Parts: sequence; C-alpha cells; structure tokens
Amino acid sequence: MSKVIAVIDYGMGNLRSVSKAVEHVAASGDRVRVTDDPALILSADRVVFPGQGAARDCMAAISDHHLNRAVLEAARTKPFLGICMGLQVLMGFSEENGGTGLLGLLEGDVRRFPSGMEHAGQRLKIPQMGWNQVHQTVEHPLWAGIPQDSRFYFVHSYYVAPKQLELASGTTDYGISFTSAIARDNLFATQFHPEKSADAGLKLLENFVRWDV
Amino acid sequence: MLCKRIIPCLDVDAGRVVKGVRFIDIRDAGDPVEVARRYNQEGADEITFLDITASSDDRDTIVHVVEQVAGEVFIPLTVGGGIRSVDDVRRLLNAGADKVAINTAAVFNPEFVRQASEKFGSQCIVVAIDAKQVSARGEPLKWEIFTHGGRKPTGLDAVEWARRMADYGAGEILLTSMDRDGTKIGFDLALTRAVCDAVDIPVIASGGVGNLQHLVDGVVEGTADAVLAASIFHFAEYSIGEAKRYMAERGVEVRLA
Repeated sequence: MSKVIAVIDYGMGNLRSVSKAVEHVAASGDRVRVTDDPALILSADRVVFPGQGAARDCMAAISDHHLNRAVLEAARTKPFLGICMGLQVLMGFSEENGGTGLLGLLEGDVRRFPSGMEHAGQRLKIPQMGWNQVHQTVEHPLWAGIPQDSRFYFVHSYYVAPKQLELASGTTDYGISFTSAIARDNLFATQFHPEKSADAGLKLLENFVRWDV
Repeated sequence: MLCKRIIPCLDVDAGRVVKGVRFIDIRDAGDPVEVARRYNQEGADEITFLDITASSDDRDTIVHVVEQVAGEVFIPLTVGGGIRSVDDVRRLLNAGADKVAINTAAVFNPEFVRQASEKFGSQCIVVAIDAKQVSARGEPLKWEIFTHGGRKPTGLDAVEWARRMADYGAGEILLTSMDRDGTKIGFDLALTRAVCDAVDIPVIASGGVGNLQHLVDGVVEGTADAVLAASIFHFAEYSIGEAKRYMAERGVEVRLA
C-alpha cells in the first residue's frame, strides 16, 4: 500500500530540500505531498514539519494557514518529524522577538545562546552554523544505523530547553550542552537539518519513513 | 563541538564548471552535477556555486543546475553571482539552494541585504566581499571592497563593510582576497583575522589556497569558520578527504566522512 507523507508548507523557509530528501529515501509508491491543507495533513500516514525563520513569523504563518489544530493533532497521533523551527514551535514559549508564545505541545522554553561563549580560544559565533555532533541519549528507531556522536548540519541562534529532561533524545555541545533532538511516543524532532546532513541525515529520514509507531 | 567547514567552490559559466585564475584565465573542468556528487562523496561540508555567466540569455541556466544538484546532493548549497533582486533570491531558494551569496548588489543597494534577510531569514543570506589591500608598506593594514570581479574600486573599507553587512542581517560573510585569488600562496590571513574579529557571524575565508597547510592556517591563524577553495580540489591535486585528514592531524576539528 502506498503511503502519503505530508510535508507541511506554511511559507516559512525552503521546503524543496526537505521534500527532495524525503522523496530520495521514501519507498517506491510512497507519495510525498508538500501541503498546507489541514485535511491532507490529518489524513496523511506521516507528517514532516519543517520551518525556518523567526518564531513570531512562524507562529503567524501557522495561524494564517489555519494549521494550529492540524499540526497539534498530527503531532499527537501519527509518525511526526519536526525539523528546526518545526521543533521549536512545539514548545511553550520562546525568548525570540521579545517573547513569543508557541504551540505548547511540549513543556519548556526556547532560549537564545548566551553571547560571549568561547571554545578552544575562539569566540563562538551566533548563529551556530555548520556540522556538530549529536550524542544519542536514548535508543530510538530513528537513530538506527547512525553511529553515536555523528555530525549533523545546524543553523540556529535559539535552542530548546524542555522542562522534562527525559524528552531529550539527543544532545549537542556548543558552548553549553543543549537538547538537539527530542522524542516522545510518535513524535521526533530535531534542531539540526537531516535533509542537509549527508548520509547521517538521509539515514534518519529513511528511518522515519519506515517508522511504525 | 562544531567543526570547521571545507567548502569546494565551483565557478559555473552557462551550466559548465570552470575555474578562474585571478578571474581572467579560465579552464573548463566539467559537469556541475558530477562534480558536486564527487565532492559530496569525498565529504565536502557544503558546496558553493559561483555563477559567472555573462550573457543574460543564459542566466536561467544556474537555476536548472541547482535543481539538478539539489535532487541528488544532500548538503548545503550556496549560489552566488549576479543576484540582484528578492526575486532572484526566491528563484534560487525554490530551486533548492540553501543560501545565496550577494556581492555587487549589496554594495550598490545595502538595503537589499536587509530586505532579503527579513524576507527569507539571515541563515540563507551570505554577503560576498572581494577585498584588496590598499595600504602602502609601513602603513596600518587597510583593505577596500572591489566589485565586478575585482575591477571596480568602491572606496569602502572591507572590515567596516563586513560589520555593516552583519548589522543589515547577513548570516555569513564570504571573504575573498583579490590579491591572493588564484595565486596559490595562501589566504590573506591578516584580512581574514581582521574581519573575523569584527563580526559575530561566521566568516568563510577564500582566495589563495595552494596547499593543505593553507587551509589549516586559515582557520587557526585567520580564525575563519570555514575555508573555501576551488582549484586544489578541482584538478584533483588533493581530495577533500585528504584535506580533512591533514587538518585533523594538526588539531583542527573537522567532519571525517
């Protein structure tokens, strides 16, 4: 049976690389649909929720596209992969844009990296841009076949701080140790971009499109 | 921890990869999709395409190149060259580019950088700076911005300009030394260091790489976040993997594929 994988499009960021990468790993017959249609998101077999940009803009775009309910419902009921802002907006509150309320599916905040961080005598730039290691803190079907501490591609100035630490499925060091992936039931979400992370990222996406919750 | 990035750069003219030496002499060297695929296999951390197509008839070619590459190569792709409008940025991002590098248009219209970064996010707006040393021997070092492939001086101080572009919302600086480009004698480390010290955003050093020690120097002495090179990888003098092993042996954190 062919499955539908919905990639949620709410006008925030470049979805082509996400949809191309998902198509690359999807089983033949699976259909990847880039969509902002709540009905299609709710009927899809699995959902990818990407996003780039500022928190306030993302929340406004989700609201403008009438996606709040569909995103929350999908995130509670079917294999759901949040990427970058698609992770952050699941939290309760972000420091970005002078304070922004988020979808509130998960308890916790989104915080800015502190300025003035250093590593090995060099100043750490904000945004963090480039390849950093992800330490897998739990065993999870989405980590299958990915070596511990593999590098993934990050671009971000803010990071999630979940209230329940056991939500973390991966952590990363950038001046501080932060939660770079979370997992709960049918939900997995990453701060990094698997669609831009070469073999490690493609493996994670492949694991996602085969994940039976 | 975050590692230093190695970025091979492909100069693309009407859909074909070429490499400029001092931006004048050019040698043909292949199909962009093939070259990008090989660099990805070797462990490139990103790939940059510089579109040097002169004829406006061929300006759409780069969009098709990006589309093809983005369907096969899943690492960040940056496109620079001739990007003048928000619409140019949108077309390239929609084709699968992750970042665009704005050069001349930023000099003539700095507000364009602000508009583009507000519209698409700072993470996808790179400002490319071509700088030449203009201070005489014995004077404090000073570099000026040049446009049009290094032919036109602007009177703008390179370090000040980098700082201003960061304020305007650039997410990254691609810094090329026009004095060193094509010379293979190494980066202008003083320039690289000066710009890195001036801005909080990542800086990519470019221009002058002739051997693997130059890459190490760029990130250690120059403190660049990433190093960009074309010809040493392009003519297979060194593979990306060799470059990374060399850097790792000298204590530079890199992604070993």
